[in-house]
Amino acid sequence: MTQLIDKPPAKELPSDQLIELLRKMMLIRRFETKAAEMYTKQKIAGFLHLYNGEEAVAVGAISAVNDDDHLLTHYRDHGHALARGVEPERIMAELFGKDTGVSRGRGGSMHLFDVEKSFMGGYAIVAGHLPLACGIALANQRLKNNRIVLCIFGDGAVNEGEFHEALNLAVVWKLPIIFMCENNFYGMGTDIRRVSAVIEVYKRAAAYAMPSKQVDGMNVLEMYDETLKAAERVRAGEGPSFLEAICFRFRGHSMSDPEFYRRKEETQRWRELDPIITFREKLTKDGIIDDDAFRSMEAEIEDVVNEAVRFADESPDPPPEALFTHVYKEDA
Amino acid sequence: MAEMSFRDALRLTLREELLADEKVILMGEDIGAYGGSYSVTKGLLEEFGEERIMDTPISESVVVGCGIGAAMGGLRPMVELMTINFSLLAFDQIVNNAAKLSYMSAGQISVPMVIRMASGAGSQLSSQHSHSLEGWYAHIPGIKVAVPYTPRDARGLLKTAFDEQNPVIFIEHTALYARKGEVPDEDYAIPFGQAEVIREGTDVTLIGYSGSVYQALGAADILAESGHQAEVINLRTLRPLDVETIIASVSKTHRAVAVEDDWKFGGFAGEIAAIIMEEAFDELDGPVARVCGADVPIPYAKALEQAALPSPQQIADAALALF
Repeated sequence: MTQLIDKPPAKELPSDQLIELLRKMMLIRRFETKAAEMYTKQKIAGFLHLYNGEEAVAVGAISAVNDDDHLLTHYRDHGHALARGVEPERIMAELFGKDTGVSRGRGGSMHLFDVEKSFMGGYAIVAGHLPLACGIALANQRLKNNRIVLCIFGDGAVNEGEFHEALNLAVVWKLPIIFMCENNFYGMGTDIRRVSAVIEVYKRAAAYAMPSKQVDGMNVLEMYDETLKAAERVRAGEGPSFLEAICFRFRGHSMSDPEFYRRKEETQRWRELDPIITFREKLTKDGIIDDDAFRSMEAEIEDVVNEAVRFADESPDPPPEALFTHVYKEDA
Repeated sequence: MAEMSFRDALRLTLREELLADEKVILMGEDIGAYGGSYSVTKGLLEEFGEERIMDTPISESVVVGCGIGAAMGGLRPMVELMTINFSLLAFDQIVNNAAKLSYMSAGQISVPMVIRMASGAGSQLSSQHSHSLEGWYAHIPGIKVAVPYTPRDARGLLKTAFDEQNPVIFIEHTALYARKGEVPDEDYAIPFGQAEVIREGTDVTLIGYSGSVYQALGAADILAESGHQAEVINLRTLRPLDVETIIASVSKTHRAVAVEDDWKFGGFAGEIAAIIMEEAFDELDGPVARVCGADVPIPYAKALEQAALPSPQQIADAALALF
């Protein structure tokens, strides 16, 4: 994975880094589509929440922070892990419940962890990770290590008490956190308009005197730019920032969702804004990528994802005798 | 040996930990400027400053979650919750994050933190300030639960809690804070999972923890009047539990009474009874008795509150029924 070292604004990004943004989005899309296929083949069990349609949010935002900035997210976490550079084969192995998975088969789809990459986990209690983000940010502040926290959650989290408790505390203690809401309009199957007094989520941050902004989550460059600006402010010690990424998931909430609660036309309308198609068109128009280069990148990603499946499939199950390992950390 | 109160033993230990490791921070409601609702942290803000002794908003969930995150990020946090009753607002953080992160991440994450909380009834604080919910915490794999009785326990167990790599729930019965006892001058720690036989006897084993040890000792005095020598065990930690000491004692006395302030139904005393049955069934001369808090919300009126709590006489009666 290419690290964007200098973090210039989007309009100054060199071609190879623009192509890398596209490549990461394509990798996530292909990975998720393959995961769905593996789910129907019963290679993957449990809940499987796919990120299709929201790729620009993860790739834009995560590319704009440093590789050692802490990242915490919710249970729809494959895209964030891939954007951070966690190896696809170790993620797929986790979905397969294998010993070679990132969480050695203990977490599954919703609980990917790769602490070496500062990927501090996917969490499945809605808003339950926002307090953790405060704590990691507090540690960063005290240790003066120049690391910030990017904490991603969905619109379903904003009516949880912990959302409000965390925003308040983060401002009071000027914690270095970017709170990023992926607003895809549906908390599972419930339309945000039916259950939220204020549906423009970014406005809620104003109640805590936190700078906030709504961003086009279907546009990877806008996501990148706005996250970059927020990161600069947060890293300078000015306290937390809030971003609301407007986006849409193309698939159901999970694999078992028949989508009775939304109209096909709505999904279709959003599909026309597909962040990968639109970004590819832009890069083509700007002369940065041509059809041959795109197709060869597609083929390369196909190989990566197929290799991830092969690796996962051939990996061993976790041994049953390891059932009790890691319930407690052994004392030093 | 110095004589000091349970409260002072805790404060002394916290101060030492703060001096020994600058990564130690204390967080909680009113622990700083106010001095702690039970005065455990009194004077620490003045000595260590706001960066180490952090007054928090009344937001139990984010305070505990923030402590967990701080531990994940490399600090050594201690979070104080005013009472175990308020800890329920943070129960999700304790159960779903603190207790599970090591396991879910296959050991990539550890949560070395101490969560202190007051527990117990007896001060007429009614139903939302008086409960003893130790059994709920003891139920959860991934955390450890310390329940000191003496000032010596308080210091020695808190020391161990700060050396732990895992989250520790540290429960302090409010009736104990002012009680005094001998505390060794030298540096010491009491390992988790080591109960104390606080009174030796041959005829019946009374098993208690935290404030209920006091009631059990009172019962032992009553039993002695009728010629029965009770052995009293102070468990010190519920998880890990010192099964060995319990079984050794029951193998000697052949009778057991489990005592706790917590509710009886589905409670920890039932766990003790089950373990004795599993491990030492043949040693028993009768069923394991339980004397616990009444299955009611703790009431305000003194007469009702006292009726809801185990008394030495009740414990002694339960023991006598086994002879």
